[in-house]
Amino acid sequence: MKIGVLVSEGPYTHQASDSAYNFVKAALEKGHEIYRVFFYHDGVNNATRFTEPPRDDRNIVNRWSELGKQYNLDMVVCIAAAQRRGIMDENEAKRQGKSGDNIAEGFRISGLGQLVEAGIQCDRLVTFGD
Amino acid sequence: MTDEMDMEEGGVIKKFMFVNRKAPYGTIYALEGLEVVLISAAFEQDVSMAFIDDGVYELAKGQDTKAIGQKNFSPTYRALEGYDIEKLYVDQKSLDERGLTEADLLVDVQVMDSAELAAMMAEQDVLISF
Repeated sequence: MKIGVLVSEGPYTHQASDSAYNFVKAALEKGHEIYRVFFYHDGVNNATRFTEPPRDDRNIVNRWSELGKQYNLDMVVCIAAAQRRGIMDENEAKRQGKSGDNIAEGFRISGLGQLVEAGIQCDRLVTFGD
Repeated sequence: MTDEMDMEEGGVIKKFMFVNRKAPYGTIYALEGLEVVLISAAFEQDVSMAFIDDGVYELAKGQDTKAIGQKNFSPTYRALEGYDIEKLYVDQKSLDERGLTEADLLVDVQVMDSAELAAMMAEQDVLISF
């Protein structure tokens, strides 16, 4: 099955990102296709490489990056939501005159159209939110 | 779900329902949700919106946000018609519980009971809830 995933909450405060990760991993291991993981609302905070959780806790951001690399996942962060919350890639940081970027490996910034497109292209769009 | 899809101009038309559950201010879900709805209009899908729980407040007339320093985005709901988004479904029980009637809302809507709304949801290809 071709599956799209929407993550609507940030890391740690809510279970959503953990559940989405476990779902995506399990789906891939079962041989399903993950068409795209789209990060919206506070979900964009899953894409900052500046998180540094305590060593005995899971690193939610790195975990996404590693899974993304292993399966060549399309992990998309909404640009409007990212701008509001200070998530930037190199291009966006330059464009906005910011001194640095913070996007983690494997994520890319794009528009909301990518979410709607996932809804159109996938057999299922699965939401993880509050 | 394939039998529910129509092919037009080489593209798929799916039934998208955006479910609005939150008050317009206090959290960002209503505002960012509306941004997705507006983007979806560009994809020529069969779009509807449902308003349940505190989501019915999004459509309340006479919103004045001056005192909280936030933009009053309620006029945008009036503009939805211009995007061919005219299927707005409101949960009767949610209105009743909040002492609201259809006359308190700033756009024309279809008020339904929970069973009708549930049947409408069951027909959808893609359901995104904010």
